[in-house]
Amino acid sequence: MSLTQENLARAKELIALYPEPRSALIPLCHLVQEQDGWLRPDAMEEVAALVGVTPAEVRGTATFYDMLHTESVGTYAISVCTNIACLLDGAAELLEHAEGTLGIGVGGTTADGAITLEEAECLADCDRTPCVQVNHRYVGAQSLESFDQLVADLRAGRRADTIPNHGTLVRVRRTVGLKADPAQIAAERAAMAAAQADRAAAKAPVGGSSS
Amino acid sequence: MAITEVPHIVTARRGYEDSHTLERYLATGGYEGLRKALTMTPEAVASEVDTASLLGRGGAGFPAGRKWSMLRKDPLTYLVINGDESEPATFKDHLLIESDPHQLIEGVLIAAYALQVTRAFIYVRGEFALGLERVQQALNDAYDHGAVGADIFASGFSIDVVVHPGAGAYICGEETALLESLEGKRGFPRIKPPFFPAAIGLYGQPTVVNNVETMSNLPWIILNGGAAFAALGAGRSTGTRLFALSGRVRNPGAYELEMVKTTFRDLIYAPVLGGGIRGSNQLKAFIPGGVSAPWFGPDQVDLPLGQDEVGDAGSMLGSGSIVVMDSADCVVRAAWRITKFFARESCGQCTPCREGSGWLERVLYRIEHGTGREEDLDLLLDVSDNISPGLQWPPQQTTICVLGPSIPSSIHSAIEMFRDEFLLHIKEGACPHA
Repeated sequence: MSLTQENLARAKELIALYPEPRSALIPLCHLVQEQDGWLRPDAMEEVAALVGVTPAEVRGTATFYDMLHTESVGTYAISVCTNIACLLDGAAELLEHAEGTLGIGVGGTTADGAITLEEAECLADCDRTPCVQVNHRYVGAQSLESFDQLVADLRAGRRADTIPNHGTLVRVRRTVGLKADPAQIAAERAAMAAAQADRAAAKAPVGGSSS
Repeated sequence: MAITEVPHIVTARRGYEDSHTLERYLATGGYEGLRKALTMTPEAVASEVDTASLLGRGGAGFPAGRKWSMLRKDPLTYLVINGDESEPATFKDHLLIESDPHQLIEGVLIAAYALQVTRAFIYVRGEFALGLERVQQALNDAYDHGAVGADIFASGFSIDVVVHPGAGAYICGEETALLESLEGKRGFPRIKPPFFPAAIGLYGQPTVVNNVETMSNLPWIILNGGAAFAALGAGRSTGTRLFALSGRVRNPGAYELEMVKTTFRDLIYAPVLGGGIRGSNQLKAFIPGGVSAPWFGPDQVDLPLGQDEVGDAGSMLGSGSIVVMDSADCVVRAAWRITKFFARESCGQCTPCREGSGWLERVLYRIEHGTGREEDLDLLLDVSDNISPGLQWPPQQTTICVLGPSIPSSIHSAIEMFRDEFLLHIKEGACPHA
């Protein structure tokens, strides 16, 4: 599946924000996940073509990051933090409970495709422990009981107004392009190319071959 | 000065439900610092920050003014804001990004003007979905308000700001890894030297990388003067800092406190702050500055919250996050979980970190789960020593970045302070706290 016309236009807007197109690689991966939920191989090829790198480079980057998925993900990814502050407050027990009630292990997805369970590293909300996010949105500290309710609500679509499907990260779009100087990016690219050429020249052996 | 009388420099709008909106920001003095800065010369703005002696709030505590002064002269320079807050138990940038995004943006604009940079990137941790939305909305509104873009506030200065989402990787908080990530690559820290991106940074150009909280201090500093900021705190640690308190206290939370004039005891026990240990247990140990920091025991609770004061005592204030453990907590389990974190987040470039973290995690796991051996304690220290020779503080390193030498901190502390508990695990073949 390829990007829709609308998303292709958004991709080009994102690329235009950066001095080098490659910088838009991660934002474009988020865009693809917003459309498809995860990064299909053909989508990674499309991103590669858009930012001017090989598909392998897109995969290489994507596989480094926890939030970029090269395999399908449920509608809701539930992330349970078990790092230090949460560990002290029952996070390991919560995760075990989650595995039991959902019938899946960490990294697994329920058979109905609704929920993927993740064990998260610190989610930076350590005064509300144990900390849980759904599709990277905080849902507050969870007890075993409230967790079951959360899952029931997600399955019934009762949280859909505040928690979009997996892949949609930022619902607020940038409304303006670059304003400073329209010619600036071209000038920056030229200056950068010149600087890189200077550095390359400085490194080149003097007097040609060193043999 | 009583704890409650300290000026709220970065948390002034915390009581408002709509603290993230442009309306509230303008109604509470928002963008006045930027307007004032634009009437000054860039050098005068930088000089105020120098006078304030503002130490970077990311973790390393490098003076912001000095970092700025190191920016290599070049027609093309960049400003990058590190909002990739991921050090376990740290949640102060999360708060600042979500609750006061305009304050962050105003700080970025002031810094950009002082540095005469025309392009700034705010790198926000990917897991902060709401934070990303709040900063993007604030930035859109700031453009409409004339605070960002061409000829801002009719000053002749032009600046573009781009909000950039991360994608989940602790290592991207390391500034050179963050730059790699911003260039669309895996977050591999760059080989040093150059030690600072101020020489070679984003796309090889001179770049200043500053933390979110550091930026959030700038509007107040410009409005009130660097001297007023420097009058708070003591020694090298000036101003206030937003401390993140978590663990076994009654009131975990983020508290803005005057540096040095407040102690760990105040933070943990004062009724208006941590409120003391939950239940009837006693303080066992605390981590003074994120999980990369060596631990402290109850006898160090009267140390002041100051960078050098904590450093001289053998640890670091780091990211300003304090984790409190009580007498019912298992230190072996805590050290194991922290080590598991480092093993998972090691980028894999350097052998001592990549291999060492995994070995340490497995050895700690078997001790916690009852199959440890007596010689495991020496083994843990030996592997740790291979990552950070001598196990000294400040640490030596055998790796490209400081993630490696951060790994032994909790292990070394836990064994030094609680060797008997490790031995009890091994002797009883089980965790006595389980």
